[in-house]
Amino acid sequence: MMQNIYKILENREIASGTMSMRLEGEVDFYRPGQFVNIAVPGFTLRRPISVCDWDDRSFTIVYAVVGDGTERMSRMLPGESLDILAPLGTGFDPDAGAERPVLLGGGVGCPPLYGLARRLLERGVRPTVVLGFNSAEKMMLLDEFRALGLDVYVATLDGSYGTKGFVTDAMRLNGLDPDYFYACGPTPMLRAVCLGLGIPGEVSLEARMGCGFGACVCCSVETVGGSKRICMEGPAFRKEELIWK
Amino acid sequence: MEMTNGNSCPGEDMNLADPRLEVDLGGVRLKNPVIPASGCFGYGYVMSRFYDLDVLGAISFKGTTLHPRFGNPLPRVAECASGMLNSVGLQNPGIDAVLEKELPMMRSSFHGPIIANISGFSLDEYRECCRRIDGAPGVEIIELNVSCPNVHGGGMSFGTSCESVAEVVRAVKEVTSLPLFVKLSPNVTDIVSIARAAEDAGADGLCLINTLLGMRIDLRTRRPIMANGMGGFSGRDIFPVAVRMIWQVSRACSVPVIGCGGVASAEDVLEMMMAGAKAVEVGTANLINPTACRDIIRNLPAAMDRYGIENLKELTSSAQGN
Repeated sequence: MMQNIYKILENREIASGTMSMRLEGEVDFYRPGQFVNIAVPGFTLRRPISVCDWDDRSFTIVYAVVGDGTERMSRMLPGESLDILAPLGTGFDPDAGAERPVLLGGGVGCPPLYGLARRLLERGVRPTVVLGFNSAEKMMLLDEFRALGLDVYVATLDGSYGTKGFVTDAMRLNGLDPDYFYACGPTPMLRAVCLGLGIPGEVSLEARMGCGFGACVCCSVETVGGSKRICMEGPAFRKEELIWK
Repeated sequence: MEMTNGNSCPGEDMNLADPRLEVDLGGVRLKNPVIPASGCFGYGYVMSRFYDLDVLGAISFKGTTLHPRFGNPLPRVAECASGMLNSVGLQNPGIDAVLEKELPMMRSSFHGPIIANISGFSLDEYRECCRRIDGAPGVEIIELNVSCPNVHGGGMSFGTSCESVAEVVRAVKEVTSLPLFVKLSPNVTDIVSIARAAEDAGADGLCLINTLLGMRIDLRTRRPIMANGMGGFSGRDIFPVAVRMIWQVSRACSVPVIGCGGVASAEDVLEMMMAGAKAVEVGTANLINPTACRDIIRNLPAAMDRYGIENLKELTSSAQGN
């Protein structure tokens, strides 16, 4: 893991209140679903944000503007730099042995699934993609997933696009029959997916973090294997590891 | 500004062994006064990815209790203007797992003095925990966290009354011959009387300050940000409070004082030592910049030169005059 200065190549709005930022610098990601921790000028704690995709010398993050820190980030311009810790955490396992996996994304949980889709395709595994959003104006990455040649299904809570309801509704109504799932999104969605789907899978959890690299244990969750840090042993956990109360 | 494993540049870090930086902490020789504070550095090895930990003066490990504790529900952290709140709730694997697993791993990445930070919720728990840590290889100092609530005392923190601080110090002194430092809570009316009570009961040193109690509220949900409501406030914002208390306590007591609270630079270390500290713990700064302690140590000689400081041994309490 490294602490490094990354140069912003691009920072643009891709959906309402959602930004995509591409950064240039040394890249050492080895699993989709890993994250970076960004020192935002003027703020004490770093902002942990999952990585959408990466290549040899740059990576992309997609983030929602939800508070003062991400608002500050949203105003940064190409050419400016950020102090970033990367790569952090243990991401999804693209070698889990799935033949027909489904990628389930909810809101800003969708981005890491794009990097995962690319790594699955590299392994000859063709996932189906189901993305859920509050409304059509919040939709993101549909074209990117489709450009990979994947089938993409969408659910919106207000019915403004695709299936009205949740990703699980879109799965059912489209008769999808996956043998494995990878999910990232709001906790109620992850809970519903873990408890409702009778197939193995992995979910990526999120939490307010102190450090992002395992020192402060502010982001610990209780698992069947004892206490695990979302920033270290996670953010991706196998379904059977998690305890839903 | 590459900051990978310190092993990649051993020559550079070997230069950090500088006799000007050496200090004595109650009979324990430290190569420099910089100590990662408990709770911000795990059991050390989690940080060895960032640099060679042997540059550090000592390490105070994660607050450890007799039994494993999961800690408080999430969220456990809230940001402040120049600091943070945490309500981790003393999550730790328990003293036996620390002795069997964490301490050996700690010693494989750090070979200097280890400060065992011990917490308890009853006198018996403090006593038993300290008895088990006594004699553990590498552990040279016990640091008692007296900010935990006393389950037999109506839930009030041990550290908030002279009587209960004295009681816990006496109880622990019976079972260990290691130097015993008491980490004081700043959430008291009169820090000096608590410090004196600890010293009179036999404490070999004091460490101050622990976190200040605080709270943040989410404007959108109209609820406290942290699930536990209150938490410990740390970071740069608390530095002046720490300096003030170190000053007051070191004037009133004769045992050595470890300073702690909001330290983020070499200049902060110097200031805290001038106030009365023999050594200085660095906490929250590690969470923001994982190489904070190493950077502070590297910057100390130049900062000392700037202020005409020959060596750190002579710096303690120098601001207090005669």
